[in-house]
Amino acid sequence: MKQSLRTSIALAVLSLIGLWLWVGSTGAVTKIKTATETDIFALPDFAIDTKISGAVAFVLMAAVAIKSFYFARKLNKKTPLWEILIFGFAMIFGILISLFAGATMPISALLSGSLALAVPLIFGSLAGVLSERVGIVNISIDSQLLAGAFISAMTATLSHNLYVGLIGAMIGGALVSWVLATFSIKYLVDQIIVGVVLNVLIVGLTSFLYSTLFAENVELFNQPPRFDRILIPLLGQIPVIGPVLFNQTLIVYLMYLAVAGVWVALFKTRWGLRVRAVGEYPKAADTVGINVFRTRYMSVMIGGALAGLGGAFFTLGQVGAFGKEMTNGAGYIALAAMIFGRWNPIYAAFAGLLFGFAQNLQYGLAIIGSPVPSEFLLMLPYALTAVAVAGLVGKVTGPAAAGKPYIKS
Amino acid sequence: MNKIVKEIFSPSMRLTLLAVLASFIFGGVLIAFSSANVQAAAGYLFARPGDFFIALWNAVFGAYDALFRGSIFNYKGSSALLMIKPITETLAFATPITLAGLGLAVAFRSGLFNIGATGQIVFGAMFAGFVAIKVDAPVGLHFVLAVLAGILGGALYGALVGYLKAATGANEVILTIMFNYIASLLLAYLLKTPILQAPGAQNPISEAVPESAKFPFIFGDQVRIHSGLIAMLIAVALVWWLLNRSSTGFQFRALGHNPSAAKVAGINIGLTYVLVMAVSGALSGLAGATQILGTEKFLTTGVAASFGFDAITVALLGRNNPFGVLAAGILFGGLRAGAVTMQANQGVPIDIVLVVQSLIVLFIAAPPLVRTMFRIKAQKGGAK
Repeated sequence: MKQSLRTSIALAVLSLIGLWLWVGSTGAVTKIKTATETDIFALPDFAIDTKISGAVAFVLMAAVAIKSFYFARKLNKKTPLWEILIFGFAMIFGILISLFAGATMPISALLSGSLALAVPLIFGSLAGVLSERVGIVNISIDSQLLAGAFISAMTATLSHNLYVGLIGAMIGGALVSWVLATFSIKYLVDQIIVGVVLNVLIVGLTSFLYSTLFAENVELFNQPPRFDRILIPLLGQIPVIGPVLFNQTLIVYLMYLAVAGVWVALFKTRWGLRVRAVGEYPKAADTVGINVFRTRYMSVMIGGALAGLGGAFFTLGQVGAFGKEMTNGAGYIALAAMIFGRWNPIYAAFAGLLFGFAQNLQYGLAIIGSPVPSEFLLMLPYALTAVAVAGLVGKVTGPAAAGKPYIKS
Repeated sequence: MNKIVKEIFSPSMRLTLLAVLASFIFGGVLIAFSSANVQAAAGYLFARPGDFFIALWNAVFGAYDALFRGSIFNYKGSSALLMIKPITETLAFATPITLAGLGLAVAFRSGLFNIGATGQIVFGAMFAGFVAIKVDAPVGLHFVLAVLAGILGGALYGALVGYLKAATGANEVILTIMFNYIASLLLAYLLKTPILQAPGAQNPISEAVPESAKFPFIFGDQVRIHSGLIAMLIAVALVWWLLNRSSTGFQFRALGHNPSAAKVAGINIGLTYVLVMAVSGALSGLAGATQILGTEKFLTTGVAASFGFDAITVALLGRNNPFGVLAAGILFGGLRAGAVTMQANQGVPIDIVLVVQSLIVLFIAAPPLVRTMFRIKAQKGGAK
């Protein structure tokens, strides 16, 4: 059977976008600012030649794309993953160099902004992974994030305690996922329907309560305290990435733990094996004595609790108050990150980072007044996802039993 | 007549009505809970319980009374026109919601979960608006061209998703979600360029749609009912015919039932994906056209409003049956129209509509839950 040219075509399209940006870039040099306040030794700012380094990036991209055609047609082989990774780095580098041509690129600020946008996406994608691995399609990630944001703001304000807020967020997210699980498992309703409807329901509920309850008593319900950043010694002082990764709020550190924890739990424990068995072939799992329903409820609700934490990041980690529809569709992007990451928590986390980066790019560019219209920059994450889903990911198959209710006979 | 009565009291119809009732009760609880008067009266509940129940009644009755007056019949209206205006508003909202809902029903029946009505409405409105505003054509022809452009815009945008799915196996849920964002941003961009923006305008807004491209009003220009309503009713019949009587529709449904079996039976799966999404997008595109050429008159970034997501719930509530979709579309159109009055008169936020809408769909999807709530015993074997 012949290898499909899908990946090659996607790489070629992305290379052309890279070429277009490179040709269109104005300004001879791109300055890169790496220093932040917490460095032990600050690297000096440095400048690189835009046209030359952009050309290097573009040639790398083109080389991978051409090689991929060759591999597919002559050797009938897939493009190796590491080449796609090289391609990805070259693309990000090339895009950044070209867009910031003639200006200073604040690399640390760009990265930490990306991480901030990625946190809810990563928590959300973990919720998706836990839910779909056990066989429940989770379209309702957005509502779990939103419920987490809403309840964390309310409980943290009422109790004047951030940790109560975090627990509230987890309960809120888990509650929404409990509804998803109950309707899918007990009432056998189509899981996609429940998910979509839950999203509408929670938007409606939180917006309604926000305009009535919160609006009338702001200081009573919606003035939560905010988490301070915690600098981790040594790690936080690594140049460039140190302050980005290790000078963060508690929620971000919880996220690192959650990504690792979910991966270990799913792939290295007996519980994880059961979860995956239930998601692939519930009948077989039932036959060997696994309680399919209980496993499903458990996994979906743990996922919901994690998504709730992601929601708390909006309020307790960033803004400091709940706002109407403040997730802004992050749950849908988290869903895309999960599929992009092939239902694996670690890959999904990287996909979440990539989406966060793409979304953050517009803020960086708005500061320097880029010639590219802002709408197109805003479009970038969505367009990249569409190209990636169509070209690189293609027909991915999730857990076999996802979306199918289990009826015990 | 007897048949209708039977239909209304059939178990499934009764459950549907109970589901709607339960959703309104829940909405009422929410309204009461958030009402300042009720909260105040609850403070001295045991001293004067009467006050509490009067406040409760006033809050809930006031809100639903406003909903009724805003959506069906305004008995407080000062003229006959004002009295019947609410029902016309309901139909004005129901037109795009039903059209887009029909589009989604076609896709859902064919096993494609198209969440992209928003994007397809935007493309329809964009194409229709462009032809209406920027292209000169004789009266009569102009209108037809603009509507066709709207249908084409939605169909192309839908078909693109179908093509990508057929060619690469990409998941249509993700594609349509991403395409929604892309379409809205593209519209926002074009409304800032001379391609669509009105000359001299500061805001992202187009010129007004000229008379020659408008959907003619049916009952004069006092009420917002335009012939888009007729287009919608024709579309309901056409979709019914397509799905239940045509061989193309049979292929659509076969694909929805079992893609593997459909393939073995000789149906071209890829082509059918494209066709399904084209038809689905065309209906949403027509919804966009009725908005811009009928109700709105200007193209703005808000042209798709929340119709895309309303359409999902409408298609689900109507169980992907064209006549069911029509009924659900009118119900949700009424909720939308009434909510405006409810917010203006009673200060009840419009978001309550989302809550009631989604509860209706949830309850209808889970009959056992409704039976438990109203303590109805399940009939064995579904009595007729």
